[in-house]
Amino acid sequence: MQALDRKLLRDFQRLWRQALAIALVLACGVAILLMALGTYKSLSDTRETYYERNRFADVFSAVKRAPEHLIAELAAIDGVWAVETRTAGSAILDVPGSNVSVTGQILSLPINGLPRLNVPIITTGRLPDPVSTDEVMVNANFAIANNLQIGDFFFANLNGQKRQLTITGTAQSPEFIYTIGPGALMPDNATFGILWMPKPAADAAFDMTGAFNDVALKLTPRAQEASVIDAVDQLLDPYGSLGAFGRDLQISDAFIDSEIKQQRNMASILPPIFFGISAFLVSMVMGRIIMLERSQIGLLKAVGYSNVEICLHYLMLAGLIAVVGIGIGWVAGTWLARYMATEYGQYFDFPFLIFSTSLWVYAASAIAALLATMLGATQTAIRAARLAPAIAMQPPAPPQFKRSLIDRAMAAMRLSQPTIMILRSLIRWPLRSGLTMLGIALAVATIVSPAFFPPSLEKIIDSAFYETNRQDGMLVLSHDMPQVVLETVAALPAILQTEGQQFHAVILRNGHREKRTSIQASHPATDLSRVMNNDGHQVAVPPGGIVLTDRLAAHLGVGLGDTIDAKFLGGRQETHPLIVTNTIAQYFGIGAYMDLDYVNGLLRQSPRISLINVSLDDAEVLDLHARLKDIPNLASIVMMTDTRRSFSETVEENIGMINSIYITIALLITIGVTYNGARIQLSERSRELASLRILGFTRSEVSYILIGETMLLAVLAQPLGWFIGTLIAANMFNSFSSDLYNLPLVIEPAVYAKASFFVLLASFASVMVVRRSLDKQNLVSIMKARE
Amino acid sequence: MSECVFRTENVTKVYQTGDVKVFALAGVDLELFAGEMTVLLGPSGSGKSTLLNILGGLDHATEGRVWFRDQELTDMPDRGLTKYRRDHVGFVFQFYNLVPSLTARENVQLVTDVSPNPMPAEEALALVDLADRMDHFPSEMSGGEQQRVAIARAIAKRPEILLCDEPTGALDSATGVQVLEVLADINERFGTTTVIITHNAEIQRMAHRVIQFQDGKISSVSTNEERLAPAEIVW
Ligand SMILES: Nc1ncnc2c1ncn2[C@@H]1O[C@H](COP(=O)(O)OP(=O)(O)OP(=O)(O)O)[C@@H](O)[C@H]1O
Ligand SMILES: [Mg+2]
Repeated sequence: MQALDRKLLRDFQRLWRQALAIALVLACGVAILLMALGTYKSLSDTRETYYERNRFADVFSAVKRAPEHLIAELAAIDGVWAVETRTAGSAILDVPGSNVSVTGQILSLPINGLPRLNVPIITTGRLPDPVSTDEVMVNANFAIANNLQIGDFFFANLNGQKRQLTITGTAQSPEFIYTIGPGALMPDNATFGILWMPKPAADAAFDMTGAFNDVALKLTPRAQEASVIDAVDQLLDPYGSLGAFGRDLQISDAFIDSEIKQQRNMASILPPIFFGISAFLVSMVMGRIIMLERSQIGLLKAVGYSNVEICLHYLMLAGLIAVVGIGIGWVAGTWLARYMATEYGQYFDFPFLIFSTSLWVYAASAIAALLATMLGATQTAIRAARLAPAIAMQPPAPPQFKRSLIDRAMAAMRLSQPTIMILRSLIRWPLRSGLTMLGIALAVATIVSPAFFPPSLEKIIDSAFYETNRQDGMLVLSHDMPQVVLETVAALPAILQTEGQQFHAVILRNGHREKRTSIQASHPATDLSRVMNNDGHQVAVPPGGIVLTDRLAAHLGVGLGDTIDAKFLGGRQETHPLIVTNTIAQYFGIGAYMDLDYVNGLLRQSPRISLINVSLDDAEVLDLHARLKDIPNLASIVMMTDTRRSFSETVEENIGMINSIYITIALLITIGVTYNGARIQLSERSRELASLRILGFTRSEVSYILIGETMLLAVLAQPLGWFIGTLIAANMFNSFSSDLYNLPLVIEPAVYAKASFFVLLASFASVMVVRRSLDKQNLVSIMKARE
Repeated sequence: MSECVFRTENVTKVYQTGDVKVFALAGVDLELFAGEMTVLLGPSGSGKSTLLNILGGLDHATEGRVWFRDQELTDMPDRGLTKYRRDHVGFVFQFYNLVPSLTARENVQLVTDVSPNPMPAEEALALVDLADRMDHFPSEMSGGEQQRVAIARAIAKRPEILLCDEPTGALDSATGVQVLEVLADINERFGTTTVIITHNAEIQRMAHRVIQFQDGKISSVSTNEERLAPAEIVW
């Protein structure tokens, strides 16, 4: 080994604490890049492969009842590669061993085997016999969650008849990677399952013989999705089409897509921050080392080392830091990616996961980290190489302190000498002080920005579940029914209160602008499900018009008093002009509201409802479940209390994990910045501080200078950190906002206090470690040492 | 007369600090010969170190010309000077300038790693009588020992020229004599052209020639008819 390389290793050994502090910050960047990029890659690769292998469709549509002869016409649409039609429906299941109501999504299977599109993967067992009426295949997670084996049976309320169904196999499907039931906020495999049933049996159950009510189409590579959707709508409209849509509105795919996008965003926002801080730290530390080693650099030049060799020597020192950071980052990133993979296993039902934290992801993260350290080191390394050999033999000239206005001000304020020393050094190196502050501020921001999620989520949950939807349960009817059904339901056990509602799939139009959504029609002065404004006030929905959420109004480009056209889907497909009587701000959805009697009048129908909201007496809920299983015409049941609870639990669990990760990251940044900063200060000031000691200043007076400068910067950085954190949060919330929901930024001072507490504590601990070496310093040897 | 190693022609060096011009060298004409031991004497600030730096290729002259044998150093680019230093010159500095994180042996290897025809580091250290301290770090050695390591480092490459800027400046007289003995021995044994800057007038008595500096110029040159052995010098 060359002597210069030995020097490198020994220097690195001596500097290991500082190097480690930087390497840890770098490791955060590497780990997050690895995790986010790895997760992004594996999610999108897995999805793509799964979709391709199992021929996931491109366009979907539900229709009330379309005759089978339309299949040929659908297939003839320009750009359509394949058509798959089926009968779909929903039913309440009675699963032995389960005392809650379970909803089953029933899908028909072609008589000749598997469908051509959205092909399920049979995980165990076999397909049901095409001619049987009592065999089904279920999604594997449903079987697992309910502890059902092949050969086991359960009951389903089909077309007013309770039928026993035997499980012949289990499957997974690309349509249900995210298996979320109607009205649910999260997948729950115990209360929602997919049932594949032979077409004749399903047709009999839902009265679809010779017809279909669900179609999926796969397009040719060059097809125009929009024009295919138009053509499909035109064909199906006479039969009660609910409107065709692409993958973007397919629920399962929309969820995966947003997750993939989130990972991509994460990969592009967070790592650059870490790499930036690392570059700054490397440049600060290297700058100091080169100052200290001026005479050694001069010597190397004098004995004939070339500029390139010297430059490389210092770059390699930075390179070693990078190597350590990359190593730690790889380990942590692999662990994080694994953690994410198990998380996804919980929420997403993939038959396989192409877990491709592939080599190139490792390589990319390493290259990024290496580039960052080199960015920080290059300038100083070149400065080292450029030192004139003769000048390098002499000690550096003392930095020039000029008497400025600030000095006069300080003198006028009668500050103590140590305080003046602190302030003067901050002003002397404004860039370094500024960047140090920025680094600490970013640490604060790292804690602040994600900490806004819980209060914001709480706010929208509160608004959605405790202000707007106060019902304990929703009973969804399999088709609209006369209002008298309320009386039947009221007679059931546990029911305290009932309210009927009607939901209508519609397309709202204003000129060429249109949006597919659903109208909620209720009686005035309902109590369980109310129309609420964001500010917590109930909004009246007068007859003779429609109330829109402001996001929907903005999308349609309409305001108060304007008229829009509403096409009511799934029936006679009538279009009615409606006056916008109000627009309201809401966190969730793009809802539209109308008066129930007004809607019935418009559509010339007798009073009817499609959904019943109920409030329940907890003590009798199990009795209610037992009865609900036998009630015909119920398509699904949503127990809001359960939904609320499981959602809050999941949020809390995830937030807890996320918060501790971010706090760890913030602590690492703080330590990296403050420890190195204090260390460098100590090195620059050792002589000065030693002289003060010799002049009779006490240890604590002297360490006040050291601690004071770092802590002053740390304190000054707090408001900046709050500001940056809030800004990042506002931006993130903005980017999360979609048609689904809109996150309000709820500012809680406690968030700021918490962030500052952690960061200031870590800063203080870091300087105290440096203070220990100040205490240990030998005064004589410092004064003797030649700088 | 032996071969001329260095020749300078009207060398000047001007330092511009603010509005003030400092003439560190104000026209130096000089010849140094192969195998010769020369001592440079002169008051502080008279330009001795400046000249040594220019001869050693650490610095450029402002005006005038400098030759090493047939090679002109005057306007040689940085790369050429690096090669020149690497191949021909050994330096010894007043403050030793050892790399603190390297042992004595490794400090010498720092040089042998990059020179074309070095002797083993152990041999160089044996020449300065430090064979038994090879694995000590600078902080574990006395000033005299450190300076001897610095000399070992300078001679390990078998340089044609040895340039020493106040090699005994930081040492007491007994240790200083040890160091001078090594220098004289090297000069004898290998015929290394040696230039020694010193403030100590006694040391001039071991040189072949003595050059006096005053205000950036050579004020006098004298040849010693009789040289003293370092051991005979006392101060
Ligand atoms: N980098 C520099 N910038 C400005 N002036 C310089 C610089 N280096 C040297 N000088 C000036 O040049 C003059 C000659 O300096 P030099 O170091 O050659 O003197 P010296 O004879 O070696 O003195 P000493 O015996 O004290 O080492 C001095 O006046 C010095 O102040
Ligand atoms: Mg000098």
